[in-house]
Amino acid sequence: MPDQNNQSITLKVNGQDHQLELKPWVSLLDALRHTLHLTGTKKGCDHGQCGACTVLIDGKRVLSCLTLAVMKDGAEITTIEGIGSEDNLHPVQKAFIEHDAFQCGYCTPGQICSAVGLLNEGKGNSREEVQDLMSGNLCRCGANRGIINAIMAVKEEI
Amino acid sequence: MNNFSYTQAADLQQAVSLLKETEGNKILAGGTNLIDLMKYFVTEADMLIDINKISGFRELTEQEDGSVQLGALMTNAETAYHPVIEERYPLLSRTILAGASAQIRNMATNGGNLLQRTRCYYFYDSDVPCNKREPGSGCSAINGYNRIHAILGHNENCIAVFPSDMCVALAALGAKVHVTGAAGERIIPFEEFHRLPGDAPELDNTLQKDEIITGIELPAEGFAENYSYLKLRDRNSYAFALVSVAAGFTLEAGMIKEIAIALGGIAHKPWRVKEAEDFLKGKEPSRENFSSAADLILAGAKGFKDNEFKVGLAKRAIIRNCMMALNPESQRPGAKPSL
Repeated sequence: MPDQNNQSITLKVNGQDHQLELKPWVSLLDALRHTLHLTGTKKGCDHGQCGACTVLIDGKRVLSCLTLAVMKDGAEITTIEGIGSEDNLHPVQKAFIEHDAFQCGYCTPGQICSAVGLLNEGKGNSREEVQDLMSGNLCRCGANRGIINAIMAVKEEI
Repeated sequence: MNNFSYTQAADLQQAVSLLKETEGNKILAGGTNLIDLMKYFVTEADMLIDINKISGFRELTEQEDGSVQLGALMTNAETAYHPVIEERYPLLSRTILAGASAQIRNMATNGGNLLQRTRCYYFYDSDVPCNKREPGSGCSAINGYNRIHAILGHNENCIAVFPSDMCVALAALGAKVHVTGAAGERIIPFEEFHRLPGDAPELDNTLQKDEIITGIELPAEGFAENYSYLKLRDRNSYAFALVSVAAGFTLEAGMIKEIAIALGGIAHKPWRVKEAEDFLKGKEPSRENFSSAADLILAGAKGFKDNEFKVGLAKRAIIRNCMMALNPESQRPGAKPSL
């Protein structure tokens, strides 16, 4: 019987250290939502096909559903709760409101984390490129036009 | 997922010796395919050996002979956006960026890209027979819904396709795969890395059970002047290829000197036909010549109930993409057809 003991790890989430004891098969997504009760990050497909679970790890956008929490011991994780606050929205969050970039809102945390990651990458010089670079986040309400409008607006401001 | 144990390997030797212990021990790098397969119980593990903390495999090195060594643990995004790749191997950059999504490219490693499994729906569905998942159980795709399946190199055992974009460029470039196992290091030419189903469709490649990919070697010629990747699929981005074509060539006095054409989405491995490339050498890069070469590439192609269209689509894709390679600026994000 292989050793399936809990692993002791530290996740630095939105600037705060959390010491956790987790089974190796717990996804980062489940650790965020169920252990840390940070439910802003959403579970959509849980198979890397929708982007709802997108978070930033060390500034890069990744899928928390296809990441084991134990792989990220010591890493710096930013979820939607750490992107901005109600009194101090991130420019991407403001732009999403201004450009009507959501309807039901379920994909929105992932869309916003992904957009912040896109801006960090410094790629996407045309609307067509930005569309391609945002294709990992599906919006089933069909707010895509607003989402791309919002991101283009932020890119122009920078 | 089944319950498994987890270890971070300190170095390559430790990873190899853990891997050799039992078949249930598996290597974890980016995890983008492995964790997904484990969630579907298509793959199970006794232990995942996390190799991400091993140093020395995240770098790109330019060698004196002009070749380039890509670390197996570099992510797909790090590779595609690396200045040396953008400048000297833009075909590789383009193919990587046509695959998956930005998030997945930030996670997935170069070594893992080579080892991803097919996306045949029957392979993923544990309730139905699949020779790749359960050897000897039969192939559900042959008489099933086979729109995404192979038109070349298939047999009665398996008609699945290998889904990578990156590997289509690596096949065209003539890369080499560096691996380390219990018996030491070896270098595998790219065309010998992936295999056809034959009588062992459960084996996607020639990597041995105790071997780990350490790097990918790119030859000096990167076809940076004339290259193109075209990927045709059911939606313009974030979908696997129905047919894809990577082409690169060099010209001398307006005639083709060296040329490489590789296809994805149509076989159990990236498809490259030397006779077609030899036919084109010394000839004019014209629609007519590329059309003749396409016939050579697709010789013997045979579709099934739902994918017969791929034969004609592949021919037109080869011609279109080779013409696009004359003017690489005509390429579009997501490797869509030129305007």
